[in-house]
Amino acid sequence: MAVRFFNGMEPAQSNELVVEFATDPSRYRHWRVSYEGPIARVEMCVDPEGGIKPGYELKLNSYDLGVDIELADIVRRMRFEHPEVRAAVVSSGTDNVFCAGANIHMLAASTHAWKVNFCKFTNETRCELEDADAFSHQVYLCAANGTCAGGGYELALACREIYLQDDGSSAVSLPEVPLLGVLPGTGGLTRLVDKRRVRRDRADVFSTTAEGIRGKKAVQWRLVDGIFPRSRFLDEVMKRARKVADAVAAELPEGEARVGIKLGDLSPEITETSRRYRHVELSWDRAARTASITVRGPSPEDVALLGEGPAAIHAAGDQLWALRAFRELDDALLYLRFNLPDVGLCLVRALGDAEVVAAHDAALWGQRDFWLVNEVIRHMGRVLRRLDLSSRSFFALGDAGTAFVGCLLELALASDRFYLLDDPENPVKVGLTIFNEGVVPMSHGISRIRAHLHGEPDKLEALAGRHELLDPEEADDAGLVTVLLDDIDWEDDTRVAIEERASLSPDALTGMEANLRFPGGETEDSKIFARLSAWQNWIFIRPNATGAQGALSLYGKPERPIFDWKRV
Amino acid sequence: MLSNSVDLNSKIPNNVGLADDPKLLRALEKWLPNYLEWWHDMGPTDFEDKPVYLRTAISVDTDGWANYGHVRMPDYRWGIFLNPRQEESTIRCGDDAGKPAWTEVPGEHRNALRRIIVTQADTEPASVEQQRLLGHIAPSLYDMRNLFQVNVEEGRHLWAMVYLLHKYFGRDGRDEADELLLRRSGDPDKPRILGAFNQPCDHWLSFFAFTMFTDRDGKYQLAALAQSGFDPLARSTEFMLTEEAHHLFVGETGLDRIIKRSAELEKIDPNGDVRNQGGIDFDLIQRTINYWFTYSLDLFGGEISSNAADFFATGLKGRYREDRLDEHRALGQSYRLQVVDGGRLVERDVPLRNAMNEVLRDSYIKDCERALRKWNRTLEESGSPNRLTLPSRRFHRHQGIYADHKFDPAGNLVSGETWEKEHHRWVLTPADNAYLLSIMKPVYEPGKFANWIAPPSRGIEGQPVEFEYVKMHD
Repeated sequence: MAVRFFNGMEPAQSNELVVEFATDPSRYRHWRVSYEGPIARVEMCVDPEGGIKPGYELKLNSYDLGVDIELADIVRRMRFEHPEVRAAVVSSGTDNVFCAGANIHMLAASTHAWKVNFCKFTNETRCELEDADAFSHQVYLCAANGTCAGGGYELALACREIYLQDDGSSAVSLPEVPLLGVLPGTGGLTRLVDKRRVRRDRADVFSTTAEGIRGKKAVQWRLVDGIFPRSRFLDEVMKRARKVADAVAAELPEGEARVGIKLGDLSPEITETSRRYRHVELSWDRAARTASITVRGPSPEDVALLGEGPAAIHAAGDQLWALRAFRELDDALLYLRFNLPDVGLCLVRALGDAEVVAAHDAALWGQRDFWLVNEVIRHMGRVLRRLDLSSRSFFALGDAGTAFVGCLLELALASDRFYLLDDPENPVKVGLTIFNEGVVPMSHGISRIRAHLHGEPDKLEALAGRHELLDPEEADDAGLVTVLLDDIDWEDDTRVAIEERASLSPDALTGMEANLRFPGGETEDSKIFARLSAWQNWIFIRPNATGAQGALSLYGKPERPIFDWKRV
Repeated sequence: MLSNSVDLNSKIPNNVGLADDPKLLRALEKWLPNYLEWWHDMGPTDFEDKPVYLRTAISVDTDGWANYGHVRMPDYRWGIFLNPRQEESTIRCGDDAGKPAWTEVPGEHRNALRRIIVTQADTEPASVEQQRLLGHIAPSLYDMRNLFQVNVEEGRHLWAMVYLLHKYFGRDGRDEADELLLRRSGDPDKPRILGAFNQPCDHWLSFFAFTMFTDRDGKYQLAALAQSGFDPLARSTEFMLTEEAHHLFVGETGLDRIIKRSAELEKIDPNGDVRNQGGIDFDLIQRTINYWFTYSLDLFGGEISSNAADFFATGLKGRYREDRLDEHRALGQSYRLQVVDGGRLVERDVPLRNAMNEVLRDSYIKDCERALRKWNRTLEESGSPNRLTLPSRRFHRHQGIYADHKFDPAGNLVSGETWEKEHHRWVLTPADNAYLLSIMKPVYEPGKFANWIAPPSRGIEGQPVEFEYVKMHD
C-alpha cells in the first residue's frame, strides 16, 4: 500500500490522494505476522501515526483503509504463500485492547464516497477471511486479548471462533448505534444473527449497549465461543488453534505437502490516464467520465503449461495467466473505485483467441485438485465478485478481436449490458465453459449465467453443459447478448449508449444496478452487501449521523448530538 | 426517606430508609456476608481480634459522623449515608445545567453512570487489598490505627457505591456489586480496573505516598461526582469526602514526619548519611513521590477525552467545585495542552469539554504543590538544605497522550536509552523496596515510634500520642 499525493497534477478526487493497494510483508506498518508450521499468528499493532490520510491518529488499534489493505494482503498471501497454514490466530499486539474498530475521526472527516468505498473494501476483506475457511482449509480464530469494539468485534465475527480474555473488563461490543448513530456496517448485524445465530432480541440489547458484554454472559449469548483468564489466555487459544489445525488437516488428502508460491509485485506502467499491466489495461477519460478495462486472454503456451501438471504450474507460480490476469484485474477495479470517483461507466473488453480461452478453462479445471489451482480458481471468483459489487456501470463490448469465453465471458455476464458485434468480416465467438457453471459464483451464491437467465429457465437449461463456441447470432438466441449490432451500426449505437449512460444520475444508477445484478435469493454475504450496506449508506447521509449536529459528526467533540426524532 | 438520623439498630446502619425498602434491604443483606468474607480474606485479617480506636459514623450531622471508641474491625458498622440537603438539587453543569437534578437514573445515561460508579467503587476494596499486610510492619500503634481507620472507611465507601448499584441499576447493578468482590488488586487474571490500584504497596513509605497522592485523586474524583446531576451519587460522594479528608491527612502528615525525621538523622550522622542512621534518604523519598504522583495522575484519564466531554455535557460529572464557578456549560472555550508532535512538544488548543480530565488534574496538581511547599518548609525549619519537588505531569505516565513517550522528571522528552539508563534514579526500584522493608520493623509499644519516622505533633481526638490506639494484648 502506498499513497501518492498529486503534485501540481490534476487532483484525483476530493480526497486528493491516490490509493495504491499493492503491499507486501516488508512494508506492513500495522500488523505482525508469524508462521509456525500449520499455525499462523496475525497480530494487530496499529501504528497511530500511520493513517493513510492526514488528520487523525489511529489510537487503540483502530483502523482505516491502510490498515485494512494490509489485512487483505495478509489473508490473500497466506493462501498462496503459506498454504501449509491450517489455523490463523488473530490477536492484538497492543495491551488491553484488541481492536477499537474503524477510526471514528477518520470516518467523520471522510467524504460519503470514501466511507462507502472503505466499508465495501473492509467487507470484502472479512468475506475473504471466511472464504479462506470455506475453501482453503485455513481457519481463522480470534483471540480478543482486550477490548473488542465495533469493527474490532466485526473482524472477530468473520473468524470461525472467537475467544475473549476474561479479566473483568474486556468486552465485546457493537457501540455504533448508541454512540455514533450509525450501524456496525462491516457485517456485524448480519453475522450476529445469521452466522452466530445470536437470538435477535439479545442482539438488539447487545447492539444498543455501548459498553458491550463480557465474561460468561458473552459466552451464554453466543457472542464468543469461550473465555480464558488473562494469565493463560494466549496459551489456551493456541491450544485450541492446534486442535482446530489438526482437525482441518485431517480433512486433507494424506501426504500432500503444500509449498507456497511468492506473489510478486504487479508493477503496472502508470501514465496520467492509464495503468498498463501485463494482461490488463485500465484507461480513463475524465471528461467523458468513462474508463476501459481490457483483459488479454491466455496464450497457447499458457494452456500448454497447464497441461504439464502440478510441478510446472507451481514453477510458474504467480506468472500463471489465470492468477496474474485476475490479480491485475483486481488492482484495476480497486483503482477505479477509489481513485476515479467521477468515472461512471466502464467499458469491458476481453481480447484473445476464443479457442484458446476455452482450452485454457478446460486445462485449468483439469488440474483443480492441485491446491494451487484451487486457489487460483477461488481467487478468480473473488475478483469477479469485486466486479459485481463495484458501483459503476459496466458495458461489455464484444467487438472484433474479443473472446468472451468461459472465465472471460464472466466479465460480460457481470456487466450490466453486453454489446456484441455481428460482422462476418470480423467473426467474434462467444462460449461457455465449466467456469460459467457455478465455479466462480456471485456473492448471493449462484452463477452469473443463472442470475442472467433467472427469468428464462428454458434457455438456461439449453445452455447447461453446452461447452462450445457460438456465433454472435447463436449467442444472441441463447439469451447471452443485450444488443447485437452489425458493423454499420456498431460505432454509432455504442457511442450513443455510452453517452446516454454517462449522463444519468450516478446515484440512481448505483441503486438500480445493485438491484438488477442480483436476481434470485440471498446469502449471508449478499445480505451484508445489499441490506446492511444499503441501510448504512443511507444512514451515512442522514443529518442524524453526519449533519452538523449528527452523532457521528460530533463524536469526540464537546457538543452533544441533536436528533430529528421523526422516523423515516 | 433520607434523614439526618441513622438507623443504627439495622443490620446495615443507614440514613436512607432501608427498613422501608424490603427488596433493597434483602439484596444488600445478601451482599453483606460476601462482603464480610471478602474483608476476612483480603482485609487486615491478622489484626481482626485487636480492638482499634476507630471513628464510626452514627449520624451525618457535623458532630455525629465521627464517633470514637475501640472496635474490632469485623464489628465495625459499615453503613450507608447520604448527605442531607435542604434545597432542591439541580444539575450543575453541561447542557442541562440549572434543571432539577435526577433522583432516578435517566435511561439514556444509565450505562455511563454505572460505569462511573463501578470505576469509583472498584478503587475502594482495591486499596484495602494493597495495604492488607502493612500492620505487620507498622511504625507505631498510632500509625497502625490510622491505617485501619483508612481501611474500614474504604470499606464503607464501597458500601456507599454498592448501595447505588443495588438501588438504581437493577440486575446489572447487583452483578457489578458481586464483581467488585471478585476482582483482586494486582491479580493478573482479575485485576482491579485502574492501574495505580494494581501496584504493590508493601511498605509504609508507599502507604503514605498512596494516601497522599492516590487517595487525593479519589478526593478530586469524588468532588467531581459530588457535582453530579444524579442526586443520590452527589450526596453519597459528598459524605465520602468528609471521611476522605482523614486519609489525605494520614498521607500528608506521614510523609511530613518521615521528612522531618530524615532531616534529623542527616544532622546526627557525621557524614550527613541518612541511610547510615537507618533512615530514609531524600533521593528515595523523591523517587517515591515521583512514582506515586505519576501513577495517580494516570487515574484522571486521557488529556483529550470524549468520555470526559460526554460526562460533563450530560451533567454526570462536574469540575472541582463546579458550584462555585460562574459558567457551567464550558462551550466555545478551549484548553491549551502540550502535545508531542513530530518528536517535539508543541501547544495545541482542545475544546474545554474534552479537556475536563485535564482541568480536574490541574486542581489536583495545585493541591499537591501545596503539600510539597509544606514539606519543604519542614526541611527549611530543620535547617536541611534538601528540597523536594513534584515531577512534571508528563513524566512516567502510563495513560494518556504522554504514555507513548519518555520524559525526564522535568518534563523534557528523552530517548528510550536515556530512560533505561536513568529511570532507577527517578522512580522507586526493587532495591529501594528491599531497603525500606529491611528498616521497617514493627513497633507495637504505645508512644514508641520507628527510627525512620518522627512522632506526630498530637494524637487522635484529643488522646495523647502514647495512647493505646490498637490494643495488641487485650
